[in-house]
Amino acid sequence: MDITAISDMARSSWVVWLMLLFAFIVFWAFRPKNKERFEEDAKIIFKDDKNGGISHGGN
Amino acid sequence: MNQAIASPSYNEDVVKKFVIAAAFWGIVGFLVGVVIAFQLAYPVLNLDLEWTSFGRLRPVHTSAVIFAFGGNILIGSSLYIVQRTSRVTLFGGPALANMVFWGYQIFIVMAALGYVLGVTQGKEYAEPEWYVDLWLTVIWVMYLVVFAGTLITRKESHIYVANWFFLAFIITVAMLHLGNNVALPVSWFGAKSYIAWAGVRDAMTQWWYGHNAVGFFLTAGFLGMMYYYIPKQAERPVYSYRLSVIHFWAITFLYIWAGPHHLHYTALPDWAQTLGMTFSIMLWMPSWGGMINGIMTLSGAWDKLRTDPVLRFLVTSVGFYGMSTFEGPLMSIKVVNSLSHYTDWTIGHVHSGALGWNALVSFGALYFLVPKLWNRERLYSLRLVNLHFWFATLGIVLYITAMWISGIMQGLMWRTYDTLGFLQYSFIETVEAMHPYYVIRALGGVLFLIGALIMVYNLWMTAKGKTRNEAPIALAPSASSAGN
Repeated sequence: MDITAISDMARSSWVVWLMLLFAFIVFWAFRPKNKERFEEDAKIIFKDDKNGGISHGGN
Repeated sequence: MNQAIASPSYNEDVVKKFVIAAAFWGIVGFLVGVVIAFQLAYPVLNLDLEWTSFGRLRPVHTSAVIFAFGGNILIGSSLYIVQRTSRVTLFGGPALANMVFWGYQIFIVMAALGYVLGVTQGKEYAEPEWYVDLWLTVIWVMYLVVFAGTLITRKESHIYVANWFFLAFIITVAMLHLGNNVALPVSWFGAKSYIAWAGVRDAMTQWWYGHNAVGFFLTAGFLGMMYYYIPKQAERPVYSYRLSVIHFWAITFLYIWAGPHHLHYTALPDWAQTLGMTFSIMLWMPSWGGMINGIMTLSGAWDKLRTDPVLRFLVTSVGFYGMSTFEGPLMSIKVVNSLSHYTDWTIGHVHSGALGWNALVSFGALYFLVPKLWNRERLYSLRLVNLHFWFATLGIVLYITAMWISGIMQGLMWRTYDTLGFLQYSFIETVEAMHPYYVIRALGGVLFLIGALIMVYNLWMTAKGKTRNEAPIALAPSASSAGN
């Protein structure tokens, strides 16, 4: 099997690669180990309130 | 407690400009929409002039509301949010950001002038000719540089999910714009050009563009706004950040294939039509996942909906997002499409999304941004926000119910046969039957426009630093606590 045949096979099964990639993303997102980190990430939007809020006169 | 962290100075000047432009173009776009709605009900309003005919004003309306109103609030929001969530100022400095702003306004004016004067390449939502397309490409690349540059220089290790949506919006719109506008001008200094693709290939490229403009401009971009403004206004993090990650990738993987549902029962190969239908139906999952995520952010704080009309705008918009993303896949099913396609049902569907989702979330964003950008403690009047909300909602309800009835009636009349197997109704009979619904639709548009004018007045007074002397909307504490 030469390199073109391998390349053709890999390309013809792109749906499978994308499905695997998506499955990995789902696994990554819902892995219990990552729960806490995502909960922290969700709070990023409130960080600017602490050092640029109205109490300081804002900017 | 975080005094040690230096307060970064954000570029809010350019965001202010985008906010003002969004409010201005919003009024222009809604007004032209009302005019052409009345033109359909009363054709005499075409004035027998080529420049004011429905065919030329319609792209002025669609481009003004989508690219001018929607585009300005999207770009403005993205530049505000990317700074706040990266905690750095814009990459490239104020000059580059200003070039994006003014360049984008010039694009809008060039496009609109072309439509009125009859310069168009005749592709829906991609009407501007080649020279406007090239201009927009340059501006869009500068926008990408500002946005991506800010992300790269960020001081926050994680890229907040809203920015993922904005980045997908910027990159995909660039790809769609380039792919759909491969055109050859027929003369060196003339406006006229021809598209490289021919026949059904051109149709497929057009709707690959058209539907993904819906998907990545009107959906992904506005979802970026939703994931920032709703948690901010509700003062609680998004219901599930992990769901938002899945939401993002599912939309990105699935949306790009839905375009063929615009070409059911055409020369497009049958397998491509079925593929488009299948992917459209699969979009139910990410759409509703996203809607649930937005609405459930209020879980445990539902009483805020009663007391905060700005939050009500934002959350109602997500409700409309859920409704129109339910309706869309339904209409992409071939048998349903055989009734709905080419009728007013499509127009009703588009407006439940555009008015209900895109415009309401944009209004919420404007009400959120103006007091912050102009450094005011609060809006001029929350009661006027409330009034705007009811004008807008009533206008939408009139609009979409009129178009449902008119569209389904139109579709049914087209397919009614008499006992001898001839068509029962002539085309003009279907047009006559739709007249009352066209009037109702136009009146719905008038209500929506009045609501937007109330908003502009309210924002203007807010920016001037006025506050209206009014009773607060908040209910008595005992009443709200009893509600739970």
